[in-house]
Amino acid sequence: MTSRPELKAPPEVFYNDEEARKYTSSSRIIEIQAQLSERALELLALPDDGVPKLLLDIGCGSGLSGETLTESGHQWIGFDISPSMLDVALEREAEGDLILGDMGQGLGVRPGVIDGAISISAVQWLCNADKSCHEPRKRLKSFFESLYRCLARGARAVFQVYPENLAQRELILGYAMRAGFAGGVVVDFPHSTKRRKEYLVLTCGPPSLSSATPKAKGEDEESCSDEESSGDEENQTVSISDRHRPRKKQKLNKKVKGREWVLRKKEQMRRKGNAVPLDTKYTARKRKARF
Amino acid sequence: MRLLTHNMLSSNIKGVTNGFPLRIEVEKVVEKSVDFNPDFLKNMFAKIEYKALVEASRIMGYAELPDHAEPSMLESDDFLRKFHHALMELHLEEGTLVCPETGRRFPVNKGVPNMLLHEDEV
Repeated sequence: MTSRPELKAPPEVFYNDEEARKYTSSSRIIEIQAQLSERALELLALPDDGVPKLLLDIGCGSGLSGETLTESGHQWIGFDISPSMLDVALEREAEGDLILGDMGQGLGVRPGVIDGAISISAVQWLCNADKSCHEPRKRLKSFFESLYRCLARGARAVFQVYPENLAQRELILGYAMRAGFAGGVVVDFPHSTKRRKEYLVLTCGPPSLSSATPKAKGEDEESCSDEESSGDEENQTVSISDRHRPRKKQKLNKKVKGREWVLRKKEQMRRKGNAVPLDTKYTARKRKARF
Repeated sequence: MRLLTHNMLSSNIKGVTNGFPLRIEVEKVVEKSVDFNPDFLKNMFAKIEYKALVEASRIMGYAELPDHAEPSMLESDDFLRKFHHALMELHLEEGTLVCPETGRRFPVNKGVPNMLLHEDEV
């Protein structure tokens, strides 16, 4: 049994009333969604001038990611294919406007009006053919082309995706490039299986300095283990050289406590009133190797 | 759905060259107050199709917007308030959007337009 929802049923069927409610009542999912959308917004690198922007949220679902956009003061328009998810979004009083639409059919938005687009865990759904008329390549093509049209020049689009394999990632990226986008994939925490997250960062227009792919988080080992509460597998490495040594010798490189420590302990004992030998030049002195 | 969104949407049925603006058929309009933000309005003004906005707002029953607008009018607080009200606060709750070229109808329920296309329209 696979755990990938996109292999179970088409999105508008999978996210039925029950699943939509489950999705939005799970505090874990809410937290993850908020984190993902915050990071996506960060990668979007909107100019920091305090002017609210008009953004698109593609696959907005129940409006969890839109909440992050609202909190940072932006106006947004959300697309989703699942009516049940949109119902939940209405109940949650999402601030943005919601549209029932299929991104694979292209977004019906006027050219050049949108300041940026985000999409959280949605684009990989496009790689499936759920109906006989579906052709993933065509759907990817019309999606990226319509997105390219509606974005203002220099605007960015950030998609958090879970590609199934290398081929799927290349397929998605390939169609984005063909539509005219510049950019690439940012992989956060590439060494961790759990926390690894992929973001497609696309810029509208030809490659330039501003369209350089931003740096990923957690690429160096230290920061990877930083905020990790439940121990990560890859940091608990076993040193192989140690394993083959005899037990006695392994203890040799154990830290020996020094003279200062011994003196402190003796002082403690004296204060308790115990009989303690005097401190001399022999105290805590190392023995000769053979005696 | 706000008129802001209506102003951005166009019909993307295959073969339609001019799917904008979608004609509005009103059944129910709701007004929700939104924080007034002049910076956003000034930023949006260049992107809005003003003529379509005026027509849409009249259909929705708000006739205060002047027929023509110029960027210089953005300095006037009075105009900005009207612009804000038309753009952000008028919601089409129930009704229909009609493609100007093919006459295809997109129903709007609970403020959510259904823009899903049939197989032969893609």
